[in-house]
Amino acid sequence: MVEDRRLGDAIAYVILTIGVLIVAFPVWLTFVASTWDAATIINGQLPLYPGPKFFENYYRILFIGTSGTTREPVLNMMLNSFVMAMAIALGKIFISVLSAYAIVYYRFPFRMAAFWIIFVTLMLPVEVRIFPTFKVVSDLGMLDTYQGLAVPLIASATGTLLFRQFFMTIPDELLEASRIDGAGPFRFFKDTVIPLSITTIAALFVIQFIYGWNQYLWPLLVTTKDSMQTIVIAIKKMIVTSDALTEWQLAMATAMLAMLPPVLVVVLMQRLFVKGLVETEK
Amino acid sequence: MMKNAYFSGLTVPLLLLLPQLAITVVFFYWPASQAVWQSFLLQDAFGTSTEFVWFENYAELFKDPGYFKALINTAIFSTFVCILSLSIALLFAVMADRQIRGAEIYKTLLIWPYAVAPAVAGVLWIFMFDPSLGMLARGLASLGVNWNPRLNGNDAMLLVILAATWKQISYNFLFFLAGLQSIPKSVIEAAVIDGARPWRRFWTIVFPLLSPTTFFLLVVNIVYVFFDTFGIIDTVTGGGPSGATETLVYKVYSDGKGGSNLGGSAAQSVVLLVMVIAMTAFQFRFIERRVSY
Amino acid sequence: MFMKSAILGSIAAIALSAASPALAQTEIQWWHALTGANNDVVVKLAEEFNASQKDYKVVPAYKGSYPDTLNAGIAAFRAGTAPHILQVFEVGTGTMMSAKGAVKPVHELMKEAGEPFDPKAYLPAITGYYSTSKGDMLSMPFNSSSMVMWYNKDAFKKAGLNADAPPKTWPEVFEAAKKLKAAGFDKCGFTNAWATWANIEQFGAWHNIPIATKANGLEGFDAVLNFNSPLFVKHLTNLVELQKDKTYDYSGRTNNGEGRFTSGECPIMLTSSGFFGNVRANAKFDWGNAPMPYYPEAAGAPQNSIIGGASLWVMGGKKAEEYKGVAKFFTFISHIDRQVKLHTESGYLPITKAAYEKVKASGFYKDKPYLETPILELTNKEPTENSRGLRFGSLVQIRDIWSEEIEAALNGQKTPKAALDAAVERGNQMLRQFERTASR
Repeated sequence: MVEDRRLGDAIAYVILTIGVLIVAFPVWLTFVASTWDAATIINGQLPLYPGPKFFENYYRILFIGTSGTTREPVLNMMLNSFVMAMAIALGKIFISVLSAYAIVYYRFPFRMAAFWIIFVTLMLPVEVRIFPTFKVVSDLGMLDTYQGLAVPLIASATGTLLFRQFFMTIPDELLEASRIDGAGPFRFFKDTVIPLSITTIAALFVIQFIYGWNQYLWPLLVTTKDSMQTIVIAIKKMIVTSDALTEWQLAMATAMLAMLPPVLVVVLMQRLFVKGLVETEK
Repeated sequence: MMKNAYFSGLTVPLLLLLPQLAITVVFFYWPASQAVWQSFLLQDAFGTSTEFVWFENYAELFKDPGYFKALINTAIFSTFVCILSLSIALLFAVMADRQIRGAEIYKTLLIWPYAVAPAVAGVLWIFMFDPSLGMLARGLASLGVNWNPRLNGNDAMLLVILAATWKQISYNFLFFLAGLQSIPKSVIEAAVIDGARPWRRFWTIVFPLLSPTTFFLLVVNIVYVFFDTFGIIDTVTGGGPSGATETLVYKVYSDGKGGSNLGGSAAQSVVLLVMVIAMTAFQFRFIERRVSY
Repeated sequence: MFMKSAILGSIAAIALSAASPALAQTEIQWWHALTGANNDVVVKLAEEFNASQKDYKVVPAYKGSYPDTLNAGIAAFRAGTAPHILQVFEVGTGTMMSAKGAVKPVHELMKEAGEPFDPKAYLPAITGYYSTSKGDMLSMPFNSSSMVMWYNKDAFKKAGLNADAPPKTWPEVFEAAKKLKAAGFDKCGFTNAWATWANIEQFGAWHNIPIATKANGLEGFDAVLNFNSPLFVKHLTNLVELQKDKTYDYSGRTNNGEGRFTSGECPIMLTSSGFFGNVRANAKFDWGNAPMPYYPEAAGAPQNSIIGGASLWVMGGKKAEEYKGVAKFFTFISHIDRQVKLHTESGYLPITKAAYEKVKASGFYKDKPYLETPILELTNKEPTENSRGLRFGSLVQIRDIWSEEIEAALNGQKTPKAALDAAVERGNQMLRQFERTASR
């Protein structure tokens, strides 16, 4: 029995280690590529260990930009990505906590209608209605703005559903107790519901921040100015070239920088992340 | 569905709902209705001339062999990504569920690819497998494998499947692990006392108990492959070669871009819309069932 | 507490985005697709122009690949936010021309702005592509190129080939590629970038055979594709055969595979003459270029090549003041010294006769014959119906269809004949749809 257990553990270690290696290998290679020069990569001579150009490449990409494609410093793009991700996360929390409160704690005509109007949007991502949505955003003069980047992506039901489910678990006795204290709907919301929802809010924030940071097709369409582009779309622009070589080392350094913030969020806020993931999808 | 204790009134709840309803109407219903309208039109690229053509765009769509090819591609793509990412994730989850030292660290090291943008994941994989500069592609070539995703549709499909699977394992792993950890230890212990071997124990007891998780993940993975893999396909293959990796969602985009066939693209959006509403209804029933127990 | 900061945060985000800098000068947006050394050229041109006067400021923005840039321009026009100047590659010409009201023809622009403008000063082989049948110039040629055959002289020596006498005909290229393959270039004997430009568009012009009726579409949008003719089939059949053992190896639809030449992997590559800057910077071997190969049995081959590259289109619906700035900028870039510099540094063709004559007179081509190759190709013979150029609507999308079919032949899914038949048939469907929307 003991022998069995040891063997089992050994197998588990081996499999998990292989898993970690498979998961990490592409990123390691990307990191390695970001520390060499273009010729080494283009000529297919990239080794498996980092090269001498780490500081040079990262300094260049962060503060200067590529020489041959998108010339904006990546730091600006990271700022754009950050503002967009924050606006999406906070905006979504804001609208969905309010609407979920209305749906759960009020009884009024059209309640179910309102719920369904929101609910239908659950699974239809922006990719499917991309061209008409682009038209609407441009008609509203929101191209090249942070609102244009963020607001259309807030239009979805996941947050509302999450809060609705959470509010359903709040015992009715709390509302009755609050009423006895003479509290109205606003005070009950502020003093009872929100404090209870803090971890749920934080969990949703983590998920939505990652979602916002990783957007690709939408920013590609709605940003026409270089100064508004996000880091994820910049990578694509860096690897297509006409009559010139791709500066792979810079594209790969940008890819590393694009992965860093959301990965950090996952690793550092792992508990909230897991909670957010498991609960938004339930 | 409904609280026993609640407030009444109409103005306050409508005000609370207003932000979300306004955004939903402006950025969801309005564009969706525009898509429906556009699907009946034939327009030039710059939108300077328009003709109302009734259902011609739909008729063209269902005559287009490329559309059915995209349908089949989507089916193949989702099947492989689901099977691969679910089974690999299950294997890792079962291993990580053992009481071994460092299990938490392994968990952290396995979940972070969730945070990598699909477009970035695509770039990582094309960088490894590009026939002329990719390190692994060169390795394959030196082994005598004729690897050429630029020309061979199967190679290209394999590459997008791998990239999409790589990104999805972490998600499935988390849910399987949560599912495993919620199985009461007493159930397993009872089986041990009965003398069931680990392998048998897993398939007869653990796996059936995981089936709600598996089923849920299946739905989520299909949705993932349908919609969230756009960035991967766009950076790895751009739908090529010869349309071999063009999925339904990618085709909506590639037919509509440059304004060349906006009507056809809109018709595809509408068809997808119907498919998604059907899927949503399906998932909704599923959610309600889960909530009820 | 959290809620409050959430609200504040989103308000801050919105407020932040509303602030935009005030403009003192008239800004002229210029969207382009040039990368690498050519991107520098664009930025430098804009800087020099901005420094040369105070009223206008040209702001270049890189929008991705040529098709991406065109798509972005079209989407922006539909949304009412088009740039003033849009760089469009030659295959987008048909799409742009048909868009009356969406573009401002260059000859009109120059006249209205009162800028000196003589269409005859430009090389006809280039401007012909961008003019109406009456000779009115619609867009300003910017970076023009043609297709040439780049080859690796060191590799030729290694394979025992004469590095100073590159193969002239296709059969000679095939023989050379086989020898190169035997000499160690076993992954790729020869290749080409721009699959359809090389094997359909340039191939037709160079052999004086049509790819469509109506002078390849120049004489009307009712042109019908017909390049499923014997010589095209023969050429594709050869490529398919040679692909099997990698004597030929496909390098993709665009120029993403060009690194295969500079890295030394593929010793022969047909691609744009605009590849020059990249070759000069990155090839660590002795190289040269030569005119495209031809099939000797084709009567009259080689005929003349057609241009590639891109031109600058002026978008419609802008203010007169802005158009004036655009016109001044066009005069600025057409200046002889600037053209000489652009040509000798970037490898793109000079667009004015005067600039070409000046470079020629300076003896520049004696040292650098590779920069004259594309000009000699373009002016090889008086152009015929089949070699003046081509003009199809939706050609960007049609090229994708053609590439798909070429790929299907190369990977053995279809016979070369069946693939070209399908390419013609599907292309014609696109043309008919375009004709319907363009003719009203």
